[in-house]
Amino acid sequence: MRAADKAASNQKDVDERTRRKNAAKQARDLMERKSDSMPVVASPDGPRQIRVVDAELVDPSPTGGIVEVLQQGYLLRLIVGRQLAQQYAASVLGLLWSYIQPAMRFAVYFFVFGVILKTHQGVPNFALRLFTAMVFVHYFTETWNGGTRSIWQNSNLVLKMRVPREIFPVAAMLVSVYHTGPQVLLLIVCCVIVGWHFSLGAIGAGLIGIAILVTFSMAMALFFSALNVLYRDFQNIVQTIMQFIHFLVPMMYSYSVVAELGKSHPLLYQGYMANPLAEAVLLMQKLFWAPTVSDQSLLKPMFPSDLISRGLITLGVCVVLLYLSQKFFSRLESKFPENL
Amino acid sequence: MAESIVLDHVTKDFTLHYHRTMKQIAVATARGLPLKEEFQAVNDVSFIVEQGEAVGLMGLNGSGKSTLLKLINGVMRPDHGTVRTRGRIAGLIATGAGFQPQMTGRDNLFLNGAILGMTEAELSKKFDEIVEFADIGKFLDTPVSHYSSGMFARLGFSIAIHVDADIFLADEVLAVGDRPFKKKCLAKMQEIRQQGTTIFYVSHAAASVRAMCDRVLVLEAGRLNFDGPVDDGIRYLQYDDDDGDDPTLEGVMDAELGADI
Repeated sequence: MRAADKAASNQKDVDERTRRKNAAKQARDLMERKSDSMPVVASPDGPRQIRVVDAELVDPSPTGGIVEVLQQGYLLRLIVGRQLAQQYAASVLGLLWSYIQPAMRFAVYFFVFGVILKTHQGVPNFALRLFTAMVFVHYFTETWNGGTRSIWQNSNLVLKMRVPREIFPVAAMLVSVYHTGPQVLLLIVCCVIVGWHFSLGAIGAGLIGIAILVTFSMAMALFFSALNVLYRDFQNIVQTIMQFIHFLVPMMYSYSVVAELGKSHPLLYQGYMANPLAEAVLLMQKLFWAPTVSDQSLLKPMFPSDLISRGLITLGVCVVLLYLSQKFFSRLESKFPENL
Repeated sequence: MAESIVLDHVTKDFTLHYHRTMKQIAVATARGLPLKEEFQAVNDVSFIVEQGEAVGLMGLNGSGKSTLLKLINGVMRPDHGTVRTRGRIAGLIATGAGFQPQMTGRDNLFLNGAILGMTEAELSKKFDEIVEFADIGKFLDTPVSHYSSGMFARLGFSIAIHVDADIFLADEVLAVGDRPFKKKCLAKMQEIRQQGTTIFYVSHAAASVRAMCDRVLVLEAGRLNFDGPVDDGIRYLQYDDDDGDDPTLEGVMDAELGADI
């Protein structure tokens, strides 16, 4: 028994020696080959200075999440600029593309739904209502889509430089703000021309709507950007959902049709209204479109009676979603380097 | 003196996925091939570096040097153990510095500087100095995709070295530069070393490590097997117990000769 142990340990010793010998040989070869690779530079004369670092010992990897991203305004600005440069590299029309597409979609929807299917009947200022919804749905889809790809697209930065990785989905959101900003401006001008007037209720609804849009799109962008690193399928899934998301909000048809459906299919109705995007679209219409309608009695069937309370609940849910997707992102983050 | 870098039982596992698509997975399962493999790039490494120390990191290719640097830099997080650093870290990890190919050298300079933690004011103050050191002249406003690998490395190094950092990490990024530039970089590194910056230097060139560092760490297959004075570290790497005459000394002498030529 002893002997066997001894033999085993001897064998181990021999193995270890062989390994060391091979390693040493490799090291010698490598050094010989590389001996010339770096020049020798003697250290300058004079005593070494002592550098006093006024900081704590901390974890070198960023852990602050979205909060930390928002504190680094300068870096965020540069990354947004970089994203835009990347998007419009070698494109003649450049930025115009983000207006041509929505404009064409608007024209098609207006023609098909307004003119052919006549959903504009009984809806005053139908075009304005359609436009309001399209601008904000566009903001959401672009944030979600861009955010989902953002980590993977910036893999060379993610792998080599230390940045809070949430910066890429956040930058994707800011890029789509940059794109939808002028559209919103155009929308405001249109509203004013048609006859928008101030009302506290409308402003309140709008604020809730914007808060829902921002938190919900950010939550989706964060969650899917992390998933997309592991399985690239998710960018296709997102793209597929994007194909029909326009039909799942009260945009081309009015809310009254959905309410009608609710009478016979309450479950379907609740499912439809649980979509934060549908809720946000209604709230934005309340802000932009509703005040331009002179005959307020027409508006009654266009919005649910519990619009504001529903909006507040949805906002609460979205904030929780954002928190959860940040947690999810942080957990998956350490697996990014080996999957990119 | 204060600790600058503290690693405590740090381990980093990698999972290699061999097959990604459903079809590949099905085929591999049918043939009984492994779907994934785990290996430890860094295995239970602990050490403390004091502020102002210059440490050489040596080891064969694939021994985990780059992973260790990434852990110290904060690009990666350890699976077990803790990494703690004090102050601002600058440096370059592997070739290329995360440049965006379509963007010009100027834009990349600002982006990279900002990522390394420089403020807008700091960057505009040091801009001329960085450009001059990088020596890329009229190519500054050309997309970096048109740069030669040498120019790429020069710009990357120039940005990193001009960050007023407390810890400087240098991987083998300089290997692509030309000789006069390497010399300039090492002189600059000596300068910041003199100013008390902690230096982490990865190189295979023994003589260069000897001139730059006070201490050597040797990694072997992810394990930290040596931590001590430079000469002992180099001797450890080249250890050979069969040869009676000391080949180590010879090798080192050659290295020094070669480096001076």
